[in-house]
Amino acid sequence: MSNPYAKLPAWAEYGLIPLVNLIVAFLVAGLVVLLVGENPLKAAYHMINGAFGRGEYIGFTLYYATTFIFTGLSVAVAFHAGLFNIGGEGQAYIGGIGVALACLWLDKTMPWFVVFPLAIVGSAAFGALWAFLPGWLQAKRGSHVVITTIMFNFIASSLMVYLLTRVLKPLGSMAPQTRTFEAGGQLPKLDWLLSIFGLDVGNAPFNVSFLLALLAAFGVWVLIWRTKLGYEMRTMGFTPSAARYAGMKEARITVIVMMISGGLAGLMALNPIMGEQFRMQLDFVQGAGFVGIAVALMGRSHPAGIIPAAILFGMLYQGGAEIAFEMPSISRDMIVIIQGLVILFAGALENMFRPAIGRGFATFGRRFPVAAQRGA
Amino acid sequence: MEFFHTIVAILESTIRVSVPLIFAALAGLFTERAGVFDIGLEGKMLGAAFAAGAVAAVTGSVLMGLLAAILISVLLSLVHGYASITQRGSQIVSGVAINFIVAGSTVILGEAWFRQGGRTPALDADARFQTVTFPFADAVKDVPIFGPIYSNLLSGHFILTYVAFLLVPFSWWVLYRTRFGLRLRAVGENPGAVDTAGISVIWLRYRAVICCGILCGFAGAYLSLAMSAGFVKGMTAGKGYIALAALIFAKWRPFNIMMACLLFGFLDALAIRLQGNPLPFIGQVPVQLMQALPYILTVILLAGFIGKAVPPKAGGVPYVKER
Repeated sequence: MSNPYAKLPAWAEYGLIPLVNLIVAFLVAGLVVLLVGENPLKAAYHMINGAFGRGEYIGFTLYYATTFIFTGLSVAVAFHAGLFNIGGEGQAYIGGIGVALACLWLDKTMPWFVVFPLAIVGSAAFGALWAFLPGWLQAKRGSHVVITTIMFNFIASSLMVYLLTRVLKPLGSMAPQTRTFEAGGQLPKLDWLLSIFGLDVGNAPFNVSFLLALLAAFGVWVLIWRTKLGYEMRTMGFTPSAARYAGMKEARITVIVMMISGGLAGLMALNPIMGEQFRMQLDFVQGAGFVGIAVALMGRSHPAGIIPAAILFGMLYQGGAEIAFEMPSISRDMIVIIQGLVILFAGALENMFRPAIGRGFATFGRRFPVAAQRGA
Repeated sequence: MEFFHTIVAILESTIRVSVPLIFAALAGLFTERAGVFDIGLEGKMLGAAFAAGAVAAVTGSVLMGLLAAILISVLLSLVHGYASITQRGSQIVSGVAINFIVAGSTVILGEAWFRQGGRTPALDADARFQTVTFPFADAVKDVPIFGPIYSNLLSGHFILTYVAFLLVPFSWWVLYRTRFGLRLRAVGENPGAVDTAGISVIWLRYRAVICCGILCGFAGAYLSLAMSAGFVKGMTAGKGYIALAALIFAKWRPFNIMMACLLFGFLDALAIRLQGNPLPFIGQVPVQLMQALPYILTVILLAGFIGKAVPPKAGGVPYVKER
């Protein structure tokens, strides 16, 4: 009853269906482009060229992708335990405090490789702290984590405006931001990584936090599929009653999962703060927490899916800027639409094409039983 | 007397800012009571505000604007309904998607059609709602106490304001005193029982979702045709989420919703008033704290420290007929 759909071979489940959903999302986005009176194919060309046409563009694409890997992983970890953490935006924002504190404290005296680990711990701790309360409230007081995390996003935003305009702002400055960090608060670029492929990173802020993101992706894979906690999380996500019956402590898992999720979202703050702007600005997250939802849905909550999905969204962000430059009527808000469409088709409507594809497999399978068996 | 006038002024703006909250929270009441959670109130309101602003600007008719707002909002509701009722997708995910699609497309389409940086053209007086003046409002203006209350607080609002407040008892009547309302509440608590009684759960939930669309249409039209003269990009500015908070704060009950919306509206009006003015005894209250207060209060309520907010039992769960 819980799964009224026929079982499909793995490649269709994890490859074909997400691909079909993604294509439909982009077709609808193309319709919007048509509605605005531009040529969607030309827009697609500008986007791909703008995202991959030059070493610098690729650097920017991967810079954005870094951010989205963190937030995507954050949403995915919670998904596995059946929790929907919409609070990535606020957790990343608060995570910025951890990064800023580490940098403001040590950037003048210590090299980056001393400040970086501290900033990692700080950002994860602050992000986890901001997710702890919603998690605890869900576990102990039964308030829904979706609603509380939405509320916490707004509370975080107010809190950060307060901190940046009154507390963290240097004396005499008008702009709501911290002072610019010295060398210790600036992450080195990964120009050597791109130069292996003969590409010049140029001005792109592609930095070491990308490697941290890959590490985090591996860590999430280990956590979910190779540890006891991960097993408990997945059990709870599939059938909470079975988890309870098996004696797993639901409350404890919920709180821990939310804190891990918040910590991953908090890590996102490293990339823009230490990697690009070298200061904490108002609203530096810029919706990346919400992009994480789309990335996690598209990547089917698996790190191996999240990384390409994050790169795709990095492409949208970087290429979208290029489209806006070439076609003034298509501003970067187009990305927001695409993001929404991806969430709709890869998330809420993920089963729309499943019956048709299932039927296709049924007919195909009857005609070629051997191939179908091998496929399954 | 000075103090009294300040109070009246604050209450007046409280009413003004709480109207869209009331519309949107009542909209949420209908779907959530039917078991379809909706965090897409924000998006529907924004889409409706845009449709109202755009159509009123082109046709010059406030009525056409209102109709367009309702139409767009209902269409968006049907998308949400299709995803979460027919396709049994996640209601939360669908709501999030709608919020993003609307946030992006209002700007893109507004810029493409009107080229005013995501705004719709400023509306003439004919193309927006007019304020209603009660009889003798001018005559009694100078009567102490009663005068300001009658002529400033009660009179002189938009027609939609009165509609919003009348909708509160009307929604109560629909939900608690009609057959439709009984079934709607039942489908949110125990859809299996409703199905057993031979009533279509799907169709009932669709009707609830359409009710939500209509009310969100009013909310959006109020924003762009009454409160301001035209659509401005992102003009809902989180009101949909505040309405959602109010809905929960009110424990999914119509009269509580009105009170919660007025409370949150009052906090908003007070925050504007207090900017730069220290409070007696307490001193300067940061504006940010005032802005965050509705959310903080909702979290405290949800935590069960001020009574307990129990959502409809079948909320968020797509209905699958036993097979």
